[in-house]
Amino acid sequence: MSEMPEAMIKINNVSKWYGDFKVLTDCTTSVAKGEVIVVCGPSGSGKSTLIKCVNGLEAFQQGDITVKGISVGDPKTNLPKLRAHVGMVFQHFELFPHMTITDNLSIAQIKVLGRSKDEAHAKTMKLLDRVGLKAHAHKHPGQLSGGQQQRVAIARALCMDPICMLFDEPTSALDPEMVNEVLDVMVQLAKEGMTMMCVTHEMGFARKVSNRVIFMDNGNIVEDATKDDFFGTPRSERAQQFLSKILSH
Amino acid sequence: MFSTFDFSVIVASLPFIWSGLQFTFKLTFVAMTGGIIIGTFLALARLSSIGPLAAAASWYVNIMRSIPLVMVILWFYLVIPLITGKPMGAETSALVTFTAFEAAFFCEIMRAGIQGIPKGQVAAGQAMGFTYSQVMRFVVLPQAFRNMLPVLLTQTIVLFQDTSLVYAIGAKDMLKAAEVAGKNYNRPVEMIIFVAIVYFSLSFALSYVVKRLQKRIAIKR
Ligand SMILES: Nc1ncnc2c1ncn2[C@@H]1O[C@H](COP(=O)(O)OP(=O)(O)OP(=O)(O)O)[C@@H](O)[C@H]1O
Ligand SMILES: [Mg+2]
Repeated sequence: MSEMPEAMIKINNVSKWYGDFKVLTDCTTSVAKGEVIVVCGPSGSGKSTLIKCVNGLEAFQQGDITVKGISVGDPKTNLPKLRAHVGMVFQHFELFPHMTITDNLSIAQIKVLGRSKDEAHAKTMKLLDRVGLKAHAHKHPGQLSGGQQQRVAIARALCMDPICMLFDEPTSALDPEMVNEVLDVMVQLAKEGMTMMCVTHEMGFARKVSNRVIFMDNGNIVEDATKDDFFGTPRSERAQQFLSKILSH
Repeated sequence: MFSTFDFSVIVASLPFIWSGLQFTFKLTFVAMTGGIIIGTFLALARLSSIGPLAAAASWYVNIMRSIPLVMVILWFYLVIPLITGKPMGAETSALVTFTAFEAAFFCEIMRAGIQGIPKGQVAAGQAMGFTYSQVMRFVVLPQAFRNMLPVLLTQTIVLFQDTSLVYAIGAKDMLKAAEVAGKNYNRPVEMIIFVAIVYFSLSFALSYVVKRLQKRIAIKR
């Protein structure tokens, strides 16, 4: 590469075990500022585990990960503080069911970032508007469809003014007709220059906005290629098989 | 002597019974709120990754749950003054004992409630930047408490009935008041029947509330 863009997320030789079982093996990659990378691979290959290591939701035993230069594995790092600035969106939304949509978006702004109630409320409304759900502000998560809940979850993460966003299969729990409303929000976000690491099997999304695609198998990063290379001619046979399976759907 | 019932004695002794019932209510309320608060901390301790803390909480709960309540009541009443060097009234002793005893039971209810909250909720809270205590306060405990409310109230009904055991140390609850009144008027049977009806009616009414609540929570989920 000609230039060296500032790395937002650096993953360096990371290995992780669950007891005797090695979930991640020497994973190395990085995400530059403003870059969108898609992580794919068969079930159980360690995609969720890897992405959860990035904000320290999962601990790892070897290697190191830095987010904007801050070491995630360092015991001295204030993880809650770091996580407050790394947005995360989950497969099953994980909105807080006992709170209204407004409170879901406001609570961490107030309790973690120390914003005033008014300030938090203004931000909340702005982001709900952005994902087209302002009219649902007073409802509880259970009253919304899956697609709406996931858009709320994205808005909730954006309320914290994240420096990067992590997505773990954000559309795989949705009914097919709701996938696009969520992808649209993600595409928009990518176009605005958000740094994103997305575990997803939505290859349309990968084609449209990703810079690079990472393919994982058995805890290894088997392929880490630019989008064009990946969709053109993936080097590994496993990735080719995986792609042909997924694209034939 | 008991050939005819004389229920007029009940009316005459109502103010006296009421003062006893007030203590029964107070004991139930204090043991419920204190028990739920301490029980919640015990539950967090039992679930904590700090080994000695989890072990200590687990010991406390298991011991309390393996001893008959009457024995705990008597034991606290006799032993605490020995430790503190000051005599303690039966009423104060009852309040302390019941809170300590019920905390063990509320602990197990809250522990089940906390464990029933999906792991993803904890992860989502952490991902927002919440510390452990914030995750508990804002995400886990409110949901656990709401889900467990019917069970907590059912335990409170049991607690309400169990308060009659303070009879053993002579604390002046409703049962004790009824016994005293029964002796004074020489009408013990009427008085016992009367308080039984009061215990039953209040417990029954509260059970009904719990049932309604259960239905409402079931719909909301
Ligand atoms: N807490 C755990 N204890 C033990 N093994 C685990 C644990 N969590 C995950 N694993 C195992 O680690 C491996 C990787 O899991 P992971 O969830 O990261 O896979 P994934 O690529 O996200 O799969 P999917 O596409 O199904 O979400 C799997 O074999 C899984 O069974
Ligand atoms: Mg996964």
